[in-house]
Amino acid sequence: MISLTSPVRTRAHDWPAGGKLLALCIASIALFKFSTPLAQLSAISITLVLYALGGRTFLSVGAKRLWVLWPFVVVVGVWHLVTGEIAEGAVILMRMVTSVALANFVTMTTRLTDMMDVLRWLMTPLRLFRIDTSAIEISIAMVIRLVPTLILKGRQIVDAWRARSKSRTNWRVVLPLAIMAIDDADHMAAALKARGGLVARSGRK
Amino acid sequence: MILEKNVTLIALFAALIAVLGLVPQIMLGFGVPITAQSLGVMLCGTVLGAKRGGLAVLLFVVLVAIGLPLLSGGRGGLGVFSAPSAGFVIGFPVAAFVTGLITEKVRTGNLAIVAGSAAIVGGVVVLYAFGIVGFSIIADKTLGEATVVMGAFIPGDIIKAIIAGALTAALYKARPASVLSRA
Repeated sequence: MISLTSPVRTRAHDWPAGGKLLALCIASIALFKFSTPLAQLSAISITLVLYALGGRTFLSVGAKRLWVLWPFVVVVGVWHLVTGEIAEGAVILMRMVTSVALANFVTMTTRLTDMMDVLRWLMTPLRLFRIDTSAIEISIAMVIRLVPTLILKGRQIVDAWRARSKSRTNWRVVLPLAIMAIDDADHMAAALKARGGLVARSGRK
Repeated sequence: MILEKNVTLIALFAALIAVLGLVPQIMLGFGVPITAQSLGVMLCGTVLGAKRGGLAVLLFVVLVAIGLPLLSGGRGGLGVFSAPSAGFVIGFPVAAFVTGLITEKVRTGNLAIVAGSAAIVGGVVVLYAFGIVGFSIIADKTLGEATVVMGAFIPGDIIKAIIAGALTAALYKARPASVLSRA
């Protein structure tokens, strides 16, 4: 499974993940706090510089990831053109693009393992209450492994449908897919248990 | 083996939500290509029940947040939580929890109808409450205005809820022990 981390290494890759996430929180709050056109314009410029520092490829990948916002940009843009509140519309659109771009920046420059470390740290309070978080960690790893497998099975079911029917695939293919998922869960549970089980693995309880 | 079974079912249903959004052929062919991702969220509730269904969806949302492209169209990462549609993603686990709670509590009647109605309350009413509030905050619109914009997608999701009900009843026939909302 390919993560959204940028393969182009930037200096920001070496910044600590926790620090980047904290900075992102502060920046996102600030973007909502200072809603003047000038503040938003400077914020979007700083963001552009951040991306540009990563080089041309990094900048173009970042720009492509913002493309998903276009329907919202159209809706909000048309709305404010009709109502005539152009300055307000510009502030909203700039804030929307900047906040998503900054969040994407953190995702693009932070490796999955570093994110996992932050997540493990965030779950510290759970461990203080003697809740075993190892089951959560193993389930994260399992999903990452299972998605490609299940995608493959989904495609096989769709192909089987196409080989037999002239009509297009529809929601009915979800049933065999869900049954396969349930059966796999049974087998994996048995396999986990046979290898010592989750409780024994964590050595507690 | 109860803990292991719970963990593997939660992980597999989290993966199932991703697959329903990522395999383009699994669409709800009504002319408009609607991905089946929110169908996956509803199924987590109707099949796994409130607690485990909510956890499966929460696991999915955590994986999206740490940077895996699991949302429909290969979206993912922290930007998802700043986008105008953030409310929907944040509301996903709650939607599954409410859907599961209703499916668990209402024991009488046809499972397809009970699960379908539960999916309408959880996967449409509750989910859109989150989605509309999210859009109104990020796009700086009133709740009424946000409802008008988002309302266009409600009919598609009601159809998905009905399909979730039918699928739950069929799954209950095929694998009764694994439909935990009724176990």
